[in-house]
Amino acid sequence: MMTSTPRSRSRRPVDRVRWWTYALLILGAAICLFPVYWMFVVASTDTATATEMPPEIVPGGNLPHLVDLVFSTVPFLRALVNSVLVAGTIGVGHALLCSLAGFAFAKLHFPGRDTLFLVVVLTMTVPTQLAIIPQFLIVAELGWVDTLQALILPGLASAFGIFWMRQHLSTALSDELVQAARIDGANTWQIFWRIAFPIVRPAAYVLGLFGYVTAWNDFLWPFVVMKSPENYTVQIAIKALQNSFDIDLGLAMAGSFVATLPLLVLFVFVGRRMVAGIMEGAFKG
Amino acid sequence: MATTRLDPAPEAPAPRGPHARRASSRVRQGFAERIAPYAYIAPFFLIFAVFGLFPLLFTFYIALFDWNPIGDQTYIGFDNFTRLWEDGRFWNAAGNTVSIWLLSTLPQLMLALVLAHLLNHARLRYAAFFRMTMLVPYITSVAATTIVFAQIFDRDYGLLNWLLGLVGVGPVNFVQSVPGSHLMIATMVIWRWFGYTTLLYLASLHAIPRETYEAAAVDGAGGVKQFWHITVPSLRPVIIFTVVTSTIYGLQIFTEPLLVSRAAPLTCGPARECQTLTLFLYEQGFGVFEFGYAAAVGVALFVMVVALALINYLASSRIRSER
Repeated sequence: MMTSTPRSRSRRPVDRVRWWTYALLILGAAICLFPVYWMFVVASTDTATATEMPPEIVPGGNLPHLVDLVFSTVPFLRALVNSVLVAGTIGVGHALLCSLAGFAFAKLHFPGRDTLFLVVVLTMTVPTQLAIIPQFLIVAELGWVDTLQALILPGLASAFGIFWMRQHLSTALSDELVQAARIDGANTWQIFWRIAFPIVRPAAYVLGLFGYVTAWNDFLWPFVVMKSPENYTVQIAIKALQNSFDIDLGLAMAGSFVATLPLLVLFVFVGRRMVAGIMEGAFKG
Repeated sequence: MATTRLDPAPEAPAPRGPHARRASSRVRQGFAERIAPYAYIAPFFLIFAVFGLFPLLFTFYIALFDWNPIGDQTYIGFDNFTRLWEDGRFWNAAGNTVSIWLLSTLPQLMLALVLAHLLNHARLRYAAFFRMTMLVPYITSVAATTIVFAQIFDRDYGLLNWLLGLVGVGPVNFVQSVPGSHLMIATMVIWRWFGYTTLLYLASLHAIPRETYEAAAVDGAGGVKQFWHITVPSLRPVIIFTVVTSTIYGLQIFTEPLLVSRAAPLTCGPARECQTLTLFLYEQGFGVFEFGYAAAVGVALFVMVVALALINYLASSRIRSER
């Protein structure tokens, strides 16, 4: 773990990795992981143990019981299904709609293109969250209060997603290829669906993941729109569980754990891609 | 609604043969082909218009009314704003928002800078592991995070107070004190975002040629000197980006203050210790159903976000770009 591996010893001393680099990074990693671990610890002990001093830092055996309790206290299973539906649709919507728009901005020529793209980029800086009152009025007017589409539609596409897909499409897909397809008689839709999208599918996939995570973790909007417990998303279900925090600390933690676990499992499989997605950085400019 | 726009554009009217030349293609394009690009970008613009821009403009309009969702709507001009100006609760919330934002943004960006610098070392081992763990907070739900941190910071049963007790301090009532609750919320925000920001910075650092660092090392510049003279100036664009975005998002913080105080969630503590502007907006809108007044809070918040984002943009643009 320390620096004196044979490999680094053979290097010039100036670019050796110092031991404190690892110490700081390990500390950073521990800080990132600890709250999640702690969530698991408290969720697996009973309240009496959880409130003991000094605190118990080893998981107990109470997790199954508390998780059962979570599912019987609020309709948590429904909440999980709702969250998967909402976040899943938004993820797919992001991947498809932003690819389409990104394709149009990157490879198609039409009057007003550059102006429209500038508008898209500018919308990224508009703080729309504070317009929550009219947003609610609009949804109420549409008769969508307490429905899943009220959560899904606003999140289906984003300016950032379009920016991201345009970036990928302008580098990954050559104009010659588009031109050749056109000469062969392909129309715009066919060019997108058969040539452009397959080429940028990995980027669209990463974008979809980010859309999924963002939607899964959204709180304010579902909190405003969703009224009945069977329409809660997991975030609102946790809030509902928190009301019983005073009665059972472990219960709220177990709920948090159940709500976090699906993303953690997903992350184990797709984490590298997400890191690569951020690292590819549509942010360099 | 928007999904219907996803329907495939109608088939091309007259399939062009292999001999159709490039020059004629524009002329021969049918109506469907010409509107196809607009159809492809339409979903975003529709969504933004309905759920973003229109509500924002509508906020300015509603703010001029005494607007009750079930009662009637009376035009009252700028009365809501006069009232806001004289409302101590508003100024308290504005102060809390700025305080929490400052406490969370500055340390977060500094931490990310240092970590990115460390992670950028060419011969670092387990780099993939470190990068992955940095993203764990980002995927952990805000609601769950808040409950965990509220427990850790709890006065009677919290881990932190137990540790403080070991060194003879405490117990501190973080939740019900102004600095304590601000510190607690800032900690959550930092925890959530520092890894993400680190990866953004790291991405930009990868663009710096290795030799730059090696040359500096040969010239005798140590890690600290390299950090200030190579890392920070090179990251100028991405630092500006993160400073501006963290202003826009940081000033709208809502979930953490809502969830940390179980005693009085809508005010984040009985004495509004950590009520932010968005939480105040929510309280006025959905707590006491004064939509007009809540919209006025939204307008004030909008002005604040835009002004501070602009100031930050200008300030961070002054980072020297050396080399």
